[in-house]
Amino acid sequence: MAGDVWILGIHMTKFGKHPDKDTVDLGAEAARNALRDGGVTMRDMDVLAAGNLMGRGAFAQELQKQIGQTGIPAYNVANACATGATALRTVVMAVKAGEAEMGLAVGVEKLAGAGLLGAGGRPKSEKQQYAPSGRFGAVTDTDGRIGTTTMPGVFAQIGMEYGHRYGGTSFELFAKISEKNHAHSTLNPLAAYSKKMSLEQIMGDVMIAYPNTRPMCSANCDGGAAAVVVSDAKLKTLSLEQRRRAVKISASVLTSDPYTESCQVLPDVSTLTKRAADQAYEQAGVGPGDLDLVELHDCFATAELVHYDNLRLCEEGGAVDFFQSGAPWRDGTTPVNVSGGLQSKGHPIAATGIANIWEVCHHLRGEAGARQIDDAKVGLAHVIGLGSACGVHILEKSAA
Amino acid sequence: MANECTRCGARYFDRRNACASCENDVFTKVDVATRGEVRAFTIVSKAAPGVPVPFVAAVVDCDGTSVRANLIDVEPDDRHVALGTKVELATTTVGVDDDGVEAVGFGFRPVS
Repeated sequence: MAGDVWILGIHMTKFGKHPDKDTVDLGAEAARNALRDGGVTMRDMDVLAAGNLMGRGAFAQELQKQIGQTGIPAYNVANACATGATALRTVVMAVKAGEAEMGLAVGVEKLAGAGLLGAGGRPKSEKQQYAPSGRFGAVTDTDGRIGTTTMPGVFAQIGMEYGHRYGGTSFELFAKISEKNHAHSTLNPLAAYSKKMSLEQIMGDVMIAYPNTRPMCSANCDGGAAAVVVSDAKLKTLSLEQRRRAVKISASVLTSDPYTESCQVLPDVSTLTKRAADQAYEQAGVGPGDLDLVELHDCFATAELVHYDNLRLCEEGGAVDFFQSGAPWRDGTTPVNVSGGLQSKGHPIAATGIANIWEVCHHLRGEAGARQIDDAKVGLAHVIGLGSACGVHILEKSAA
Repeated sequence: MANECTRCGARYFDRRNACASCENDVFTKVDVATRGEVRAFTIVSKAAPGVPVPFVAAVVDCDGTSVRANLIDVEPDDRHVALGTKVELATTTVGVDDDGVEAVGFGFRPVS
């Protein structure tokens, strides 16, 4: 079908600590390897979209200055944890609109040792005088006084709320989800942490925000990922080898959160994810039962449970039963996060939304080595950035 | 107190430009029920420097209006906090500034 778009080349750097590399180094490594993987160069690119959430806002140009200044339009994108998916979506839109035949999407973050994210705080002034300020008219910082807005606390409540509504959740259940992802990570040489952890170790580790202990939280680390997107028409002019390894983007969807009653009190990460998933399944013409693997945004163990339901991997309210059936383990019916997920692979924010696509592509190409899901044909990649933005991509193996 | 949209009834706790639900820009001040039920909670053990931990953060369903607050007068561990607990509004002292002005905050405590 004319109008299809494809991943031609894709790359993910090792996630972890890269003290000797800056963000541009990691971006250059990801971008140049993605170009090489696709058998193309910067001169073939018609558009660039790049994200580095902690950066100064001109990461795309800084990257161009190191890997190729060809004068193409460069979009600097930022969309919280969905930044990488937004960069990819930007390039996909340019190709679908017919303004570009090929484009490059890049996401990079350096976060090793960053600590707790979302914990604001303001510098202490010399004299403290209370005066109402801001939209809530607060006289002092409210985090910890009027609930919490830190990421572990927010996502803990999201998991607890699901448990309150449907039942069946417990500290142990959430820890078991983490046990699965840490077990999966042992097969991923690019993961920041690839050690198996026992349930006792996970539950006995440092508590961050009940019921999430440290290994149940996404791991801050450094990393980059990049993808080359190509139009159907252009792909037809390329070599058989390029066509054989190309991965079809059957659906590319980005949503923000529609108004719901409590969404400004506790972020509603479910409604926008359900909408994105439904749109993606419709675009791709596939259903949840067709998926051979899913990489979903397990920023916390509590989040993964909720997204089984949001992505329609189970019946509404059935996420606990879905997990307990063994379905999301790599030998289950719907393997989820065989990369190890954000809890062990790591979460260099802007890279995550392309790195999960890389993982799926790797399996669809049959190149995933020891962790290959046999005969994988269709996969789904999901990210969510709090605020919120949700990206869902469905990918299919090439028929060439 | 909440800012309630005069058209669709959506309630907000911040200064508003317009309603996120229906785009109307007229609001009235309304009282929010002071009793409710814990719909979600977490016990935060790690927070920004200066924030006392552990504390219990929660979302309380006050007769259909969701409120974010701390739970107070309760032991911050999972044996003493439960989903579905009935709670009521209470005020607490958040601190005193250098001029002696007291900041009053709010939380919810279990209904005895």
